[in-house]
Amino acid sequence: MKWFLHSIGMMFGTAPRKPGEDEVTDAARTMMKFKKLPDQVKIRKQKIAEEHEFPVVSNKWRNRRWASIIILNLLFVVSYWFDVQLVEGALTASRFFGFHMADLFSAAQVMLAFKEVMLNLVIGTMTVVIAWWLVGGRAFCSWICPYHLLAEWAEMIHLKLARLGLAKDHVYHRGLRTVLLVLFLSLAFLTGYTIYEYINPVGIVSRALIYGPTIALFWVLFLLGIEVFYSRRFWCRYVCPMGLSYGVAGALSPVQVEYNLELCLHEGECRKVCMVPHVLEVTKMGYASDTFEYIGADCTRCGMCIDACPQGALKFKVRGLDKVI
Amino acid sequence: MTDVPPKSMPDDEGILPQAPKPRLTRRELEKRRMFLRSIGAGVTLVGLSLVGFYPVLKHLFERLRPPGALEEDEFLAACIKCGQCVQVCPVEAIKLADGDEGYGLGVPYIDAREQACDFSCDAVQCVLACPTGALSHTISKKEEVRMGVARLARPDACLAMKGQGFKGLARGDLFQGLLRYEDIDRWTPLRVADHPYDLELCDLCVRECPIKGAISLEPVSADSNDRRRMPVVHDACVGCGTCEMICPAEPAAIVIDPKVHKERMP
Repeated sequence: MKWFLHSIGMMFGTAPRKPGEDEVTDAARTMMKFKKLPDQVKIRKQKIAEEHEFPVVSNKWRNRRWASIIILNLLFVVSYWFDVQLVEGALTASRFFGFHMADLFSAAQVMLAFKEVMLNLVIGTMTVVIAWWLVGGRAFCSWICPYHLLAEWAEMIHLKLARLGLAKDHVYHRGLRTVLLVLFLSLAFLTGYTIYEYINPVGIVSRALIYGPTIALFWVLFLLGIEVFYSRRFWCRYVCPMGLSYGVAGALSPVQVEYNLELCLHEGECRKVCMVPHVLEVTKMGYASDTFEYIGADCTRCGMCIDACPQGALKFKVRGLDKVI
Repeated sequence: MTDVPPKSMPDDEGILPQAPKPRLTRRELEKRRMFLRSIGAGVTLVGLSLVGFYPVLKHLFERLRPPGALEEDEFLAACIKCGQCVQVCPVEAIKLADGDEGYGLGVPYIDAREQACDFSCDAVQCVLACPTGALSHTISKKEEVRMGVARLARPDACLAMKGQGFKGLARGDLFQGLLRYEDIDRWTPLRVADHPYDLELCDLCVRECPIKGAISLEPVSADSNDRRRMPVVHDACVGCGTCEMICPAEPAAIVIDPKVHKERMP
């Protein structure tokens, strides 16, 4: 329980830590001890050397995700341009076959600013919360959010530049996101206006796709510039309160990425590709609390770590599915 | 590479042996920088978001809001910026404000001169589409709308005021605006540029007004030979802007004052 709360805490910005003595299961402790035996260490080194010799590159989940982002956003665009009324609206609020959907954070801002609980928004928000709880909270980020896709491309450029020594990543405190979430909600209440929407790249990109380009896109370009040259995944990692709200919605989601301690070689390939690497701290030697473990609540279920892990130690898992079937 | 030593652990105390003067380690310095950077970023972002709020707060630029819009401040609070009102409008009168325009990024407005809301949809579709009630659901008929009110802003430019007729295209052949010409096509709005007029006395604002009894032409003097007429706006006016769109004078002789103006006047 304490360990789970720690995972929630990390989402709000606390630093990752090793599990305490009382938080590690006996099985995990035995396994870690076994892994540290000299001959096991040698075997691991050998396996890693083999991996480096014959690297396996997989982009399976990334490709699926990109397709998902593009198709889902195209649905919005096509619905409007060809008037098929499939999904009307934008990502902040929409109707899906007539059913209301509302983004959590946008709806919360509006209700706080307007100081009234709108039934349509409550229905819309509940639909969205349930939907995203089902498929894994921040899956919104990596499977729908159009800004996420742009940011991924910016990240690729950033990594390339970083390798050439032309850019350096500047980290921020992850608690910033929590502070901003509280600040922007308070400001919505105090000013009676959805202040955050002025700088929200998700809304800006989504609307620009559907209703045509706007000058506000320059702000998005600027943010992408920051992510390319100054700070890797700046917005998604440290700022976006929407991401945090989806993280909260999906903290107990059935869809999880499961870590298998036994298969792991602790080489850290997964942490290199992860947008929220603190959730993968468990993959460090001595950080796991159990032999099988769900990675933290902040995980966006993007599957990059699954693609990156040469040993298949990370896998998507639907909690309780084995019991149902 | 067997063990990852706890070098990335956030242990900030007890690394250095007690020195006479406590000097910050590199990691502590880096941490402090990161902290300051984070505070700076937070302040900047909140500041920037307030930049967008300022003109909205001060009502620096006012625009017509779609039919059924709540009082401006409430409307701004309640709008979720999804554009569903934009999608249902048959004449595409509703646009979303851009970030540099100062009336709320992503908030819908109507530029009546470019494309007025002519109620081609009959049942105020935008109101029905609004998920938040920023376009108030208490409205169900076009007659109940109060977007603003028409005003003869440039009487000198008004053709009727000059006693002149009008022949030709009201807004030129490049004008993209649509209007419902009910006697030609009840269901599809048509291009204004496809409809030349030939009028003894220009009465376009009255002729094309979609609301009964909102505007009429009244004599300017008691003299029955005086051809001059003045467009007079009545209480029934909903501020849809059709008169502003169709007015052949350039710039339009008749304009809509958005609702807020009216309410803020003493």
